[in-house]
Amino acid sequence: MARQIGDVILDLRNISLSFGGVKALTDISFDVREHEIRAIIGPNGAGKSSMLNVINGVYRPQQGEIIFRGQHRRDMDTHEAAAAGFARTFQNIALFKGMTVLDNLMTGRNLKMRCNFLQHALWWGPAKREELEHRRKVEEIIDFLEIEHIRKTPVGRLPYGLQKRVELGRALAAEPQILLLDEPMAGMNVEEKQDMCRFILDVNDQLGTTIVLIEHDMGVVMDISDRVVVLDYGRKIGDGVPDEVKNNPEVIAAYLGTQH
Amino acid sequence: MFYRETGQFKTSYAADQQIFPIRQDRIGIGILLFVAFVVIPLTAGNYWFNAILIPFLIFALAALGLNILTGYAGQLSLGSAAFMAVGAYAAYNFQVRIEGMPVLLSFVLAGLTAAGVGILFGLPSLRIKGFYLAVATLAAQFFIVWCLTKFPYLSNNSSSGVISVPGVEILGFRFDSPQSRYLLVLTIVALLALAAKNMVRSTTGRAWMAVRDMDVAAEVIGIRLMRTKLLAFAVSSFYCGVAGALYAFCYLGSVEPDGFSLDLSFKILFMIIVGGVGSILGSFLGAAFILLVPIFLDIALPWFSELLHLPFDGATVSHIQLMVFGALIMFFLIVEPHGLARLWQIGKEKLRLWPFPH
Ligand SMILES: Nc1ncnc2c1ncn2[C@@H]1O[C@H](COP(=O)(O)OP(=O)(O)OP(=O)(O)O)[C@@H](O)[C@H]1O
Ligand SMILES: [Mg+2]
Repeated sequence: MARQIGDVILDLRNISLSFGGVKALTDISFDVREHEIRAIIGPNGAGKSSMLNVINGVYRPQQGEIIFRGQHRRDMDTHEAAAAGFARTFQNIALFKGMTVLDNLMTGRNLKMRCNFLQHALWWGPAKREELEHRRKVEEIIDFLEIEHIRKTPVGRLPYGLQKRVELGRALAAEPQILLLDEPMAGMNVEEKQDMCRFILDVNDQLGTTIVLIEHDMGVVMDISDRVVVLDYGRKIGDGVPDEVKNNPEVIAAYLGTQH
Repeated sequence: MFYRETGQFKTSYAADQQIFPIRQDRIGIGILLFVAFVVIPLTAGNYWFNAILIPFLIFALAALGLNILTGYAGQLSLGSAAFMAVGAYAAYNFQVRIEGMPVLLSFVLAGLTAAGVGILFGLPSLRIKGFYLAVATLAAQFFIVWCLTKFPYLSNNSSSGVISVPGVEILGFRFDSPQSRYLLVLTIVALLALAAKNMVRSTTGRAWMAVRDMDVAAEVIGIRLMRTKLLAFAVSSFYCGVAGALYAFCYLGSVEPDGFSLDLSFKILFMIIVGGVGSILGSFLGAAFILLVPIFLDIALPWFSELLHLPFDGATVSHIQLMVFGALIMFFLIVEPHGLARLWQIGKEKLRLWPFPH
């Protein structure tokens, strides 16, 4: 692959998060390098989604530090994270169901739009120009994800696999620097998974987007990721390149102990 | 004439983003505007202007306001009538207290006042949703009507808060005839409807709908919930406020606080339920429907009573009206939550396929 993995851009240090008595994350540290595909794996309830939620500010950790591009912070603010270039998809699809595919993707670009509601109300002039300009960008993503035929369909009417793809599209529309994907291939058939893998690799390769990915399918994880973090019961039990992680006895035990 | 877009290929995104991308729709709306602005003023009688057309337009505007808040931004409100009241009383106060205040400017200021009050009562929406928010807007409904009755200052010290508005005069022209008032209301409503359509098809509207559909996801992609919700309250209340000002100045001429009761708020809510939640067109269809059904029943019921040899008195007629209303609301809530606007769209889709059913 042509891409060059760069320096650490996101460094998570000693993150702990609990909900009442439930400890979702305990003292977790790991980093993400620029342009890499970083996977987070672990059995159900290990704290993977919680980790993503901490990264883009949906949850605030009780302890720890997040260093993003050299800036230290205690926690992220969702809006700041979005503005700083984080985009994500959710484990349970979180699309805007009543809106069309096109509108969902356009909404993904909202932070790049400058016109205010009065200019929108007038439409002619700046608002229309801006709309067209962003429409062009969104159409590129629609082409890339091969969803031209459904651009005017309300997403609520689409099958699950396509919704997952649209959700990726909405995240891509923001032109993120870091893409957080929570089980992008869950519930897909083999063919859909292959497509999704291809999209993820292409985004990473062609746009240089850094990707943090949660995935249960070990084949996929070992295939596409550069480094893997393994969580179990909210603790980190492994971290390294796929081969290292595969042969880590603690990881094998965690997986044998709970499932598979 | 065939209704379809075949052969009308969009060669640019600009063409695709028109309000009416299909040519037949553009012709249709052109005809509609021509009828509304030219044919009706030349042909309709005073009864039509005063009893049907003017109230229809004003209620459509109020429904549009509520639809922005409830249909697009997903914030249920039971206070639309109160925001109309704010508009009516604000316009009145600006007119009688400031010498030489242009009437159009006082309508705008009335809308802005209502927007301010709307933002205030929209603040609870930052913490509460759905049913609980509806209860909070109910508080607005009662509080505002109570204020207007309680503080004589707001009605220029007239007894029990009744206000009689001065006549409308713009640039020396007096809008005394029903026909001229109709044209004034029509122009204002048409412009505001166009502005609303423009807002909902751009970033503003998409942010509203995003907050409606999935607020966590909206926040994650950078939409500020507080700003978006409060803007929806402000714009919605602005529309209701202008509707209220028109209600006083161009329809009734004299209003009292109790005229803006919860009943009226519900009536406006029914308009958007029947017409279509989250649809500009639906606001108009709903207003027409809710206004016309009683008139239709007034005419039809006596005719039925003769036909069936059943004596219907006035009370029975109004009871039947209520029953028909209730049944219709339930029908739309259960069978077609997207209202008449959706039925219209389905009809158009059928027409596009006609005469081949598949
Ligand atoms: N909002 C919340 N409130 C309370 N508990 C939560 C919340 N979110 C997560 N948890 C708890 O934190 C723990 C970790 O959950 P999380 O969703 O992060 O796991 P996961 O690794 O993503 O699991 P899965 O593979 O099932 O998606 C679980 O015990 C879960 O019940
Ligand atoms: Mg999860």
